[in-house]
Amino acid sequence: MQVPILKQGPYLIASIQSALSDADLMQLRDALVAKVSAARSLGVVVDVTVLDVMDSFASRTLRDLVQIVKLRGATTVIVGIQPEVAFAMVQLGLTLEGVATALDLEEGLAFLDQHTKRKENGLRAQ
Amino acid sequence: MKKYTDQRNTGVPSPITTPDQLLRELVSHLRQSRTQLREEWARRITEAQLLTAMSKEEIFAEATSVYDNYVEALETGTFEALQAYARNLSERIIPRGVETHEVVGIVLLLRDVLARSLFAKYQDDFEKLNRILDAYEPAANRIAITVSVGFVQERERTIREQQDAIRELSTPVLQVRERLLILPIIGLIDPQRARQLTEQLLRAIRTNRAKVVVIDITGVAAMDSAVANHLVLTVEASRLLGATVIVTGLSPEISQTLVNIGVNLSKMNTVGDLQGGIEEAERLLGYKVMSVRDGSTVLQT
Repeated sequence: MQVPILKQGPYLIASIQSALSDADLMQLRDALVAKVSAARSLGVVVDVTVLDVMDSFASRTLRDLVQIVKLRGATTVIVGIQPEVAFAMVQLGLTLEGVATALDLEEGLAFLDQHTKRKENGLRAQ
Repeated sequence: MKKYTDQRNTGVPSPITTPDQLLRELVSHLRQSRTQLREEWARRITEAQLLTAMSKEEIFAEATSVYDNYVEALETGTFEALQAYARNLSERIIPRGVETHEVVGIVLLLRDVLARSLFAKYQDDFEKLNRILDAYEPAANRIAITVSVGFVQERERTIREQQDAIRELSTPVLQVRERLLILPIIGLIDPQRARQLTEQLLRAIRTNRAKVVVIDITGVAAMDSAVANHLVLTVEASRLLGATVIVTGLSPEISQTLVNIGVNLSKMNTVGDLQGGIEEAERLLGYKVMSVRDGSTVLQT
């Protein structure tokens, strides 16, 4: 099951449509990383609303994805984690440390707007 | 069913009767002596000082309906109507403080009163009395059990409902500003309540699209390590939903407990009291609170 990656202005949106296998997740990670540099994106939103399970592999892959994208100069935000999934994750110790999260796509885009503006302002001030 | 067609061991010839017939005879006897037995029963209830929460008239009225239902259950052998009546009765008398021993007591009293009347009626025909009692006793016992169990079940149901109500009431999640929730926790937190609190909070974050949540635990006297850990998990889960949690009102005792049991507090955002928590939350959300009168800023952003 391929995850569509949509370009929206300076951002990329990966909207997961169904449960993903480990291979799918790795494929998503590679595709996103490749597309970030190709599209010269500033931010990435990964929408996991439909996932009702988030295991350790998925968490680790997402964390890796965030760090790789960061090395590419863009910010990632994970959106749409369900309340039950969130609590199950923290119980398993999967707290996605250092990963930005937001309630839904709208919030995620607002976060990226704020974040990239701050970065621009910071660059201008220097 | 055993048929009593054998006439051995009897000095006095009695008519050939089946348990069904016996029961019918019994029921008609109880119908005939209804007024007298009912009064006798009500008198003995008062004498035994049962149902003290009810007036004499009420006891008599209830006694009448119980008596009729009792006879009907004996006659038909079905207990649904009696069960429904027992439930209904329990519903009415439980709020008035009627205890289990009183209900069991009055049912057993009725059983005794009726048995006595049977003794009186058949004292000349011992063999028949025996057979009447054979038919009467199992039914009477079943009735006593039905009524008592009905009462206890009703009581348990009431208790359960009250527990649910307390649980519901005890965890309100309040929205004080756009995207700002407050969760005041009062009283003892057990693991079940902690779990429920978390569930409610996470759901509320989603429905209210909250960005900041202030959890105020001023009203919590003590906290054990399991609940403290749960609190930390709740804070982290909220972050996964994109909300920041501020914990306020940690008492000196709880603060000490948290440090002593080594809960990782680095991820917890704590402020001294609820006011400070709300001000911090407003700062995070970009609000600026000003006094209208002199235009001075109460809260700096």
